Amino acid sequence: MKLVSACLLFGLSLSVMAAESTIPLLNMTPDLDDKASLQRGAKTYMNYCLGCHSLQYQRYERTANDLGIPHDLILEHLIFDPDTRIGSLIENSLSLSSAKTWFGAAPPDLTLYTSLKGTPDYIYTYLKSFYADPARPFGVNNLLFENVGMPHVLLDLQGLPRKVCKTKLEADGSTQEPCETDVIVDGRYMLEVDGSGSMSPDEYDRVAYDLTNFLYYVAEPTRQERERLGVYVLLFLAFFFVFTYLLGREYTKEFH
Amino acid sequence: MIAAFKNFMDWIDARLPVTETYEKHMSKYYAPKNFNFWYYFGVLGFIVLVNQLMTGIWLTMSYNPTGEGAFASVEYIMRDVEFGWLLRYMHSTGASAFFVVVYLHMFRGLLYGSYQKPRELIWIFGMLIYVALMAEGFFGYLLPWGNMSFWGAQVIVSLAGAIPFVGEDLAVWIRGDFNMSGVTLNRFFALHVVLVPLVLLVLVVLHVLALHEVGSNNPDGVDIKKNVDEDGKPLDAIPFHPYYTIGHDLPAIVVFLFIFCAVMFFYPDGGGYLIEHPNYEPADPLKTPDLIAPVWYYTPFYSMLRAATFPLFGLDAKFWGLVVMAGAIAIPFVLPWLDKSPVRSIRYKGTPSKVFLTLFVISFFILGYLGTVHPTPIKTMIAQICTAIYYAYFLLMPWYTSVEATKPVPERLTMP
Repeated sequence: MKLVSACLLFGLSLSVMAAESTIPLLNMTPDLDDKASLQRGAKTYMNYCLGCHSLQYQRYERTANDLGIPHDLILEHLIFDPDTRIGSLIENSLSLSSAKTWFGAAPPDLTLYTSLKGTPDYIYTYLKSFYADPARPFGVNNLLFENVGMPHVLLDLQGLPRKVCKTKLEADGSTQEPCETDVIVDGRYMLEVDGSGSMSPDEYDRVAYDLTNFLYYVAEPTRQERERLGVYVLLFLAFFFVFTYLLGREYTKEFH
Repeated sequence: MIAAFKNFMDWIDARLPVTETYEKHMSKYYAPKNFNFWYYFGVLGFIVLVNQLMTGIWLTMSYNPTGEGAFASVEYIMRDVEFGWLLRYMHSTGASAFFVVVYLHMFRGLLYGSYQKPRELIWIFGMLIYVALMAEGFFGYLLPWGNMSFWGAQVIVSLAGAIPFVGEDLAVWIRGDFNMSGVTLNRFFALHVVLVPLVLLVLVVLHVLALHEVGSNNPDGVDIKKNVDEDGKPLDAIPFHPYYTIGHDLPAIVVFLFIFCAVMFFYPDGGGYLIEHPNYEPADPLKTPDLIAPVWYYTPFYSMLRAATFPLFGLDAKFWGLVVMAGAIAIPFVLPWLDKSPVRSIRYKGTPSKVFLTLFVISFFILGYLGTVHPTPIKTMIAQICTAIYYAYFLLMPWYTSVEATKPVPERLTMP
């Protein structure tokens, strides 16, 4: 059903839809065997993201066990609230109504975000798509999520990316400012960091990858167990089929 | 030991007809010898039914049927309950498997005329099972309380509102609220775990009892009871147990489980077709998903609903969409009386029957696909054509089955 007619049907008007643009997603292949990457992702998440984005369906204990982090280390370094226990859900104390006032929208819980988007590529692309935009309240905008309410929290790591301009040469040899056309490579604006961050572009890519990898894990912590068990089940069924087939043939022989 | 067992059974049988029932329905139920691939899906339906009942019982032990707690409790099952993820995926994959199996089982009926006299009641009980199953799936889909759960149920319940005069009040009565809410969720839970499963079980029993009363049809549509030996046992039949249970069905069950487990363990969300992506966020009345599409097994009927695009007799298009969709589900009920052919099986029917059945299947697939995507004017037109073909298959059947030339039906079964 068309969205419009759907709305008419329910007599509800649409709330303002987030203006999500359709730039091609950058590809990332998660690796759940890379425990170091997941641990780094967890560390970045707890330090930079959790203040606003809870992981309210996931527990610290399960995360620690799955990622191979000793409980005392996680209690000491990644749990900042003394009342939070190892078995607690990964929640924060952000007031959603205040957050709405501050950012225009409440920051979503990210436990299931990679599943919601159907791919981890979305978050990965999002993390690498902030750029300077003085027109926005926090001075940044996002290529993937136009006019997003979120500030660039990893600014001090990445530095401030800017759209690269194709500078026009004037007749007298000087360059024209501001530029009129932005450089577009593979369907997305080319961004260039200003060097104010503490990390090199490669190091920042690593952070974006680890963070996405961690969120991919959190969306379905049983994924590896599921696939491991699945292999055994299928092997058993294939093996079992041989016997049921031979037994069945003995019976069908009798009347064919 | 054997003597003791025999004494025990004699004692039981004097009080309850256990051996007699076992013989009637298993070891002395004579089924035609020439069952083929299409005859697996009845028993597979039974396997999936048991799977849904068992996993469902265990899921209710940890599920919380409230607007506040439902979504979180499903994630609790996925993360904190031992093997909860397995139970939930068995149940969610099982729902789709149920419809795959039932659709193929129904197609077998169309193919070999298994609904024809004297099997009309078997077909009608089967159709009732199908409708109950659709209701069961619909109620169950709301329970995770994800955003697609919410909006999918919203669309379907609001259809009641299209009925003239009483519609809006009816929709409120169904929801128990002016909008979808925890009240609706709670009653859908009751219907999903108690009422509809009970109805389903009763219908399955009636379906099988009616079948065992008249006996199974076969790919030739030949009446095997015409050729019997001196004991009255059909010559072309074999006991259901052990020849069909172990000889024919068991290997097929293992193959089915292999496919089922491959999907369940490696593609549990089926690329968004088995568990839709918007269902990974909690129900939000203010956030409509970009595309509201039901799960794949309803999409052919959803396409028909959307195919009605113009008002008629002062009633709006939405009402006619509801009529077209309800009619499409209702019309197969009278199939036994629409088929005027002297033969049962497609093997001996004429070309028109084969052409119409083929077109019917193709339209059903196209409608199924169209129900998963945004409509465009062209796609809506295709959906209208396919809806017309769907109806034509049934409504023109009395004509094309009575005029076509049929092939002679053999006296005895043809063995593969």
